[in-house]
Amino acid sequence: MTASTAPPSSAPLLAIRGLSKAFLGVQALDGVDFTLRHGEIHALLGENGAGKSTLIKTLTGVYQRDGGTVALEGREIAPRGVEEAQRLHIGTVYQEVNLLPNLSVAENLFLGRQPMRWGLVDRGAMRRRARAILMPYGLSIDVTAPLGRFSVATQQIIAIARAVDMSAKVLILDEPTASLDAQEVAVLFKVMRTLRSRGIGIVFVTHFLDQVYEVCDRITVLRNGRLVGERRTAELPRLDLVAMMLGRELEAAAHRIDLGPAELDSRPPLASFKAFGKSRSVEPFDLDIRPGEVVALAGLLGSGRTETVRLVFGMDRADQGEATVDGRKVRLKGPRDAVRLGFGFCPEDRKKEGIVGELSVRENIILALQARQGWLKPIPRRRQEEIADRFIRLLDIRTPDAERPIQLLSGGNQQKALLARWLATEPRLLILDEPTRGIDVGAHAEIIRLIERLCADGMALLVVSSELEEIVAYSRRVVVLRDRRHVAELRGGEVSVERIVAAIASESKSGEVRQ
Amino acid sequence: MTSALQRFLPLIVTTAVLVVGFLLCAAQFPNFASWRVVGNLLTDNAFLGITAVGMTFVILSGGIDLSVGAVIGFTTVLLAVLIEHGGWHPLAAFAVALIAAGGFGAAMGGVIHVFQMPPFIVTLAGMFIARGLGFVLTTDSVPINHPLYGELNDIALRFGAGGKLSLPAMLMLGVVVAAVVLAHWTRFGANLYALGGNRQSAELMGVPVGRTTVAVYALSGLLAGLAGIVFSLYTGAGYSLAATGVELDTITAVVIGGTQLTGGYGYVVGTFVGVLIQGLIQTYITFDGTLSSWWTKIAIGVLLFVFILLQKGLLTVWAGRGGEPAEA
Repeated sequence: MTASTAPPSSAPLLAIRGLSKAFLGVQALDGVDFTLRHGEIHALLGENGAGKSTLIKTLTGVYQRDGGTVALEGREIAPRGVEEAQRLHIGTVYQEVNLLPNLSVAENLFLGRQPMRWGLVDRGAMRRRARAILMPYGLSIDVTAPLGRFSVATQQIIAIARAVDMSAKVLILDEPTASLDAQEVAVLFKVMRTLRSRGIGIVFVTHFLDQVYEVCDRITVLRNGRLVGERRTAELPRLDLVAMMLGRELEAAAHRIDLGPAELDSRPPLASFKAFGKSRSVEPFDLDIRPGEVVALAGLLGSGRTETVRLVFGMDRADQGEATVDGRKVRLKGPRDAVRLGFGFCPEDRKKEGIVGELSVRENIILALQARQGWLKPIPRRRQEEIADRFIRLLDIRTPDAERPIQLLSGGNQQKALLARWLATEPRLLILDEPTRGIDVGAHAEIIRLIERLCADGMALLVVSSELEEIVAYSRRVVVLRDRRHVAELRGGEVSVERIVAAIASESKSGEVRQ
Repeated sequence: MTSALQRFLPLIVTTAVLVVGFLLCAAQFPNFASWRVVGNLLTDNAFLGITAVGMTFVILSGGIDLSVGAVIGFTTVLLAVLIEHGGWHPLAAFAVALIAAGGFGAAMGGVIHVFQMPPFIVTLAGMFIARGLGFVLTTDSVPINHPLYGELNDIALRFGAGGKLSLPAMLMLGVVVAAVVLAHWTRFGANLYALGGNRQSAELMGVPVGRTTVAVYALSGLLAGLAGIVFSLYTGAGYSLAATGVELDTITAVVIGGTQLTGGYGYVVGTFVGVLIQGLIQTYITFDGTLSSWWTKIAIGVLLFVFILLQKGLLTVWAGRGGEPAEA
């Protein structure tokens, strides 16, 4: 269960002492110690901006440290690049899958270390070995197909298989489970335990505390670039862990929000969709959204949640059904139409569809508001700064100032800036796709509180989330999707994790619950 | 099986266009379907084919090389000046030209990588520089009369009735075969595709990004230099205005051949077929005799447009179908 394998030498596998790193005056890491033993799974935890990513990137040679020592099995190392880190047997799987969608699965597994014969790549051997490598992971796929053809979960497992196969002694998993479903997580944990029994040290970064307690031997917590402490998992109660991470006592479990008066139901819907759908995307659905309510979309990966919100926001064009806003029929030909109607959308993949990395925090926040005003009427600089500063304060976006390029911020803070972008336009309907993905516990709670406050102000929210507890905490109505179909709608007192799970799992039959 | 079919579909379509086009030409002109026409098609387009192979690699890696036409022009001038004015042996001049062209490409690659500059701008600058350097050497068209040129032009494999595979054609076929091997059976080739797929991911996976970038532009320059040699053999002269606009013809061949301009997807063989399609259109217009040669450009323009639409269409269809749900 715990690290029982005897270490081959007295020196720990990896010993980091007094590690420091600063960026443009921000001290990202300040004298951090971290010890990884042979054959242990060690959770590296902390809020956004705690320094986890920086620590990992320093280990893997992406960044060079400013101070401190890193020793691998007693030998001082300072990798200058990913390649060198790989040669030192430090393998990494990043938060976003960092493989190449255009190459085949086999080529991804063997990039840079292809089996050679007579000076040429032995493609036959590469295919055979690729299949053999993936076998223990329960993946029996066409290894010659481009990687992009497979789901994110499959790609993630392939990334792990690659790192493991490169005979890593130290395996760093940076939020590998963020896109996996429960079954895939189980497969991953099995693999992690096997690797542990072979003496490999695994650094596991995650936001799921359940997973920490399920699989980790030890926990190291960072906060604001400093070490808070290292504990054995078995000796650290969960509440203490959260307190360590947040540096404050967290309020007790999330409370159910007041469901609001029944008159809410009698209010005319803000937006109403009738038999709205798009072939090959999501089947026609009916959906009413009233002012001041949170409607959540729940379902498994690929069930059509994201597709639904893309239709609602006009990012994809519906090919059937109709949409009405304020009782008037409207056409949603593109996001511009949606924005004009007072819709806002925070996408799930903030890197690809949300933030503009090179622009400053201020420019990112102002973007949607400016777009709605039209580019011919620029918002005065003074006003822009006011708005940006207000939201930075309001949402507690951690940045030294509003002029910093947003890509330098941590994931959670980017997410908050995105939220600010749409809040600045004072939308009537705000769509949030996985608002809390890849965000730490503290920011989680803040975003949930924010959602509740927004509703109280009369804004309508359409939220896609995989976190069922969260959905239950803030939703007045939950639409459950399965296989690209809206299969059930729960409201008020019916909303509970059990009911949602039951709806997702229920037998597929036509003409199902739609109240 | 179907996934393999999907991957090769652009290539299959391109090849089908070539075959159908050839059959149509053959139906209209009785003399068309002859080894002689095929041999000429290869010879006339040899320099274009060689250049286009280099361009394919650059585009696969996510870049572009606008300097190739100018490098060809410069090479022909350099050869003419060295051989005719300098009295060099052509082989020595060839070696110098290849080194100069390859080095020029490597320098552009270095600038692109070190300063993180857009390849479009860097190679645009390279285009002006190369073209200008040619004019500095001489503004005249200099005929090359060295006996070796005659001998090299006489080398040919004869086959069929009147068909012959000239030295330029052999060089092009050799380059294409070597390029296919390079693309699919070497680490360099895999690195190119990786770079074109996603530069950052490639770097994180340990692809030597800098070395690969420099190498791919060096290779493109080298092949443009080789194309320059072939061009000077073909025309028997060096002229600084030679091969104007060839960079655009090669890009066209690459795109018609099914390679995506954004990089990461495509095949060298497709480019070869793309070059032949362009050559076929030109040959048709020569055979017809009444059409203005500008019809070549119009036909190629229409074809290019159709192919881009086709690619877009295919991508949309795949995205809509997708083997597995792609929601993240």
